[in-house]
Amino acid sequence: MLLLEVEHLELSFAGLQVLRELSFDVEKGTIASLIGPNGAGKTSVFNCLTGFYRPDSGRITFNGRSILRRKPHRITRAGMARTFQNLRLFKSMTVLENVMSGMHCRTSAGPIGAVFKTGSQRREEELINLVSEECLAFVGLLESKDRRASNLPYGDQRRVEWARALATKPKLLLLDEPAAGLNHDEKQELIALILRIRDELGITILLIEHDMGLVMKVSEKITVIDYGAKIAEGTAEEVQNNPRVIEAYLGSEDEELL
Amino acid sequence: MITTSAREKTGWLGWLQSQRNRMIVLMVLAAVAMVIPLVANNYMLEVLTNAWFYTVLCLGLNIVVGYAGLLDLGYAAFFAVGAYTTGILTSQFGVNFWLTIPVAVACSMLAGLIIGGPTLRLRSDYLAIVTLGFGEIVRIIARNLEITGGASGLIGIDRPSFFGIELSRGIHFYYVFLLLAILACFVSYRLQHSRLGRAWQYVREDEDAAEAMGIGRVAVKLYAYVIGAMFGGVAGCFFAVKMTAISPETFTFTQSVLILLGVVLGGMGKIPGVVIGAFALVLFPEVFRGLGSMRMLIFGIVMLIIMLYRPEGIWPQSKS
Repeated sequence: MLLLEVEHLELSFAGLQVLRELSFDVEKGTIASLIGPNGAGKTSVFNCLTGFYRPDSGRITFNGRSILRRKPHRITRAGMARTFQNLRLFKSMTVLENVMSGMHCRTSAGPIGAVFKTGSQRREEELINLVSEECLAFVGLLESKDRRASNLPYGDQRRVEWARALATKPKLLLLDEPAAGLNHDEKQELIALILRIRDELGITILLIEHDMGLVMKVSEKITVIDYGAKIAEGTAEEVQNNPRVIEAYLGSEDEELL
Repeated sequence: MITTSAREKTGWLGWLQSQRNRMIVLMVLAAVAMVIPLVANNYMLEVLTNAWFYTVLCLGLNIVVGYAGLLDLGYAAFFAVGAYTTGILTSQFGVNFWLTIPVAVACSMLAGLIIGGPTLRLRSDYLAIVTLGFGEIVRIIARNLEITGGASGLIGIDRPSFFGIELSRGIHFYYVFLLLAILACFVSYRLQHSRLGRAWQYVREDEDAAEAMGIGRVAVKLYAYVIGAMFGGVAGCFFAVKMTAISPETFTFTQSVLILLGVVLGGMGKIPGVVIGAFALVLFPEVFRGLGSMRMLIFGIVMLIIMLYRPEGIWPQSKS
């Protein structure tokens, strides 16, 4: 079953065509990747999917429903969570408070509940705490829960972002360059974590990545884009041997001759 | 020298971290606030009443500015809406004061929606200008309508009675505003430590990330405006009956700035800080009355110094 289906997506900024006729899909329960050279439009795809950009035309179907032109928070509520390429934590808040933000869309207490501390509000707060701690434990950061987010090392801050995204109880998790800035050991942990999220939590994953080694190791399906258009699609092996992909990444021989 | 004073500071702050110690401090402060009227003269009572009144206003604005991070330069408008609603209903329609409170709350909440709705897409400086304009519009409307008494305002607003006692003496209003201030602290505290309070903080820190986490920024900001406006509205109701007369000149831009000053001075988003800020605002000019016309100048300089050396406000930051 297709969890995400993108059809003929077009996006432009002030006459500059960013995405052209882009179509791809993500099968439920798989780990898929979107790769491409710098400036190919990968993050723009994420921003269209999560509602931060409004595509000019095209269709995005998530879990059987169109999510085109929906507000970002509604899309998250529908079950699509994301992480950011450059960390976007709530810096002055604690790690736990950061993760609690993910549960916001799964709870509903308002100001009246807050002021009178009604029974349902208290139960909800307990649930938010419980789920947030579970998510932190899952990424291995439970012991840091009361620390200020900005005081954690870079690699740990990434994991806080992951826990925060997991707390929204997503069906699909979008990871924007999760390996950026990580060292070799951290990358190995990352691969294990990605696999655990899919295998243990049953969450489908779509990632954008520069690190080819990581992409080849975890992805079941890879979509390659260049200048906003799809140039190849398939398994790691298929994509690796595709001449157009090699050309996009390494430049064509003709260019070199010039 | 510097290091020891810093350590002392973390020392008493550390002591305050414990729930029990905090309750003790609060009980002592509440007890002091309760018995002060027995020893204070009329002048002191009046000043302290005013301080509690500003505490309510500052805590209300703190929800908008401190919690949600939305700069509001027209907060006096909400206070005006509350005061005028009560003033008009009691003096011109003879409505019982207590019945005007829910109407005033509804009106100020509506005013919060009116200012909040169209401005939600704006960020910091643009928002500041629009709220400033809104504050002026409300004041100018009050000045030009017949029902609000025009430039001379409303006079002869009836004093309310409470179980047969007419609230007319200074001591009555001292307790009224003390009670309102305690209520404002309590509501602020509960809101701050709730799902909504956290949402305000998320939106303040990073709007896009908050939105990506499934938090609707529009709804969250509107809540801040509406609840902040409610505080101002309630304070306005009681202000009207305490003064028995209100005029548009009470609700000027300077008034809005003064309230904002209390919030920033004490420490945005921190309840004890905002209370201290409100007191500093009211007490300083009174304590230094002896300096005559120089006192506002010195007040300004002191504030400048505080802001230069403690940009986060008087009350210290708790998280490390």
